[in-house]
Amino acid sequence: MGPRPSPGRQRTFRGHDVTTTLGVLFDGIAYGMLLFLISVGLSVTMGLMRFINLAHGVFAMTGGYMTATLASRYGLDLFVALPIAFVSGAGLSLVLEATLYRHFYRRGPLDQVLLTVGIIFVATAIAIYVFGSQQQPIRIPEVLGGRLDVAGVELSRYRLFLVVVGIVITLALVFGLERTRFGARIRAAVDQQTVAAAMGIRVDRVFQVTFAIGGGLAAVGGALGVEVLGLDPNFAARYLVYFLLVVVVGGPGSIVGTLIAALLLGVADVSGKYYVPGIGAFVIYLAMIVLLFLFPHGLFAKRRAR
Amino acid sequence: MSLLKRSDHPLARRERWKLGEIVFWVAIAAVYFVFPKSLVLASQILIAGLFALSLDLILGYAGIVTLGHAAYFGVGAYAAGLLAKHGWTEPVSGLFIAALASALVGWLSSFLVLRGGDLARLMTTLGIAALLYELANRASPITGGVDGLQGVEIAKVLGVFGFDLYGRTAFGYTLVVVFALFVVARAWVNSPYGLSLRAIRENPVRARAVGVPLHRRLVTVYIVSAAFAGVAGALLTQTTQFVALDVLSFQRSANLLIMLIIGGTATLYGGFVGAAIFMLVQNQLASINPTYWLFYLGLLLIVITLFLRRGVVGGLLIARERWFLKRAAR
Repeated sequence: MGPRPSPGRQRTFRGHDVTTTLGVLFDGIAYGMLLFLISVGLSVTMGLMRFINLAHGVFAMTGGYMTATLASRYGLDLFVALPIAFVSGAGLSLVLEATLYRHFYRRGPLDQVLLTVGIIFVATAIAIYVFGSQQQPIRIPEVLGGRLDVAGVELSRYRLFLVVVGIVITLALVFGLERTRFGARIRAAVDQQTVAAAMGIRVDRVFQVTFAIGGGLAAVGGALGVEVLGLDPNFAARYLVYFLLVVVVGGPGSIVGTLIAALLLGVADVSGKYYVPGIGAFVIYLAMIVLLFLFPHGLFAKRRAR
Repeated sequence: MSLLKRSDHPLARRERWKLGEIVFWVAIAAVYFVFPKSLVLASQILIAGLFALSLDLILGYAGIVTLGHAAYFGVGAYAAGLLAKHGWTEPVSGLFIAALASALVGWLSSFLVLRGGDLARLMTTLGIAALLYELANRASPITGGVDGLQGVEIAKVLGVFGFDLYGRTAFGYTLVVVFALFVVARAWVNSPYGLSLRAIRENPVRARAVGVPLHRRLVTVYIVSAAFAGVAGALLTQTTQFVALDVLSFQRSANLLIMLIIGGTATLYGGFVGAAIFMLVQNQLASINPTYWLFYLGLLLIVITLFLRRGVVGGLLIARERWFLKRAAR
């Protein structure tokens, strides 16, 4: 469970020297960026519709399988496969929204949970049926293979690429949300749905588009994550806790909050596994319970009147 | 003729045992004679039904959503298993101790679970169950880890009935325990106390306004539910003489929810009906191909949440009500 160590950074010695610490920190940040990419859509849609979508990992899984198949079976380059992954994730989320999810916005959380758990089961079964239950391999373009020496610290090129992609997408999202008309509509709908609707904003349309973008980003995250997170039919259930944790800690609807939560979680998880491998996933669950106890509304949630 | 709603019925009428209920329990007891070869499966269904009943108490009656109820089932299962392994082989006292252990864990976790809103509750319950799963997984010298806890030996029930290969004792023992707990739960939810739980579920603000001590009620029902789940876990351990790590798994929590939803929440019987349907179908389908089973399980879940929200028992109750209304209107 959790991230695989970056190749070459297996624990050969237990030196707590600076370069190792920096390396672990860097791996954690790269991992956190993936969590951010996958979770940000969930965060915004949860903030918008308060819809508890436990099946969000299915979008990431779709992107992952799409890319792995395109790369291994048709020899497509990762850079070409990524946009296709985005479209597939966005398309799947639109279909699910139109056929199932929209009937559940006004239902209680239990119904939403049951529906989305059902979707996870169906997706898992389909993945086993089509791809088998083994881990999917992925071919990384040669540009991104190998390692790069930055000021004495050995960094994997691929993880560096992940960090860059994460930063670019964060900037694009923040710009889109803060500086465009559509972003203003989203913010209005998140803050006060009723008033936004009264002002003539088609909240359902805004939601659909947001949902599609979120699904697409999750698919890209899943595609990029095959190398780091691994990909098998249980992906959606296995990482469920991670995605939810990022959203709840970051505060639903906040992009920067989600980013910070994802990075914190990524660094905590990787360093926990590196320095105290014996306790494994224990740290993450403990951290989750403690954080939820201390901040039941999220670390960065805006207090809002409901 | 005024329309009779269920809420118009006096309390006394709720408490009376109806014919259908008596038939239900007699039919279950009759399984012993009619299907003597399926007693092992029948005991498992009863145990799952009791587990679902424990969930019904908090979810159906008090409206607490959870994704990690397996935590308490697992604690009970391991408590009973560890007791028996280390010499305390008497089953009935083992059940009590397991129930106490689960109740204790339930009490401790209630501080975390009952604090937040629905989303936080889902996460916290999920986290607590995952935490206990990891704990049991890592503490393999004590729990056996992924290999499960072996070497559980249980003494004869009441010193008379030894556990046999065909599950006769297991079935009788399980049935008596489950029925006893069912009677307790039935009396409890039909009492004014149980009604106050429903009031909290329907409208917490108003419930508080009429003087229901909200938090205390929720904590109590959570502890009792945990204890019931613990007894179910302990029964599984004692009748199978083995504890598998998956007593604490997410899949078990999810399956439990599904059983209760199939049967219908807040009906008391929904859990048992749902458990029976779930396990009989699983027994058939999973032996053909587990992947198909997962697919149809997911599909079933989607269809039920879309169209059959009150489950089988809830649907039957609605049908009966309509029939009475029609007759009354004539």
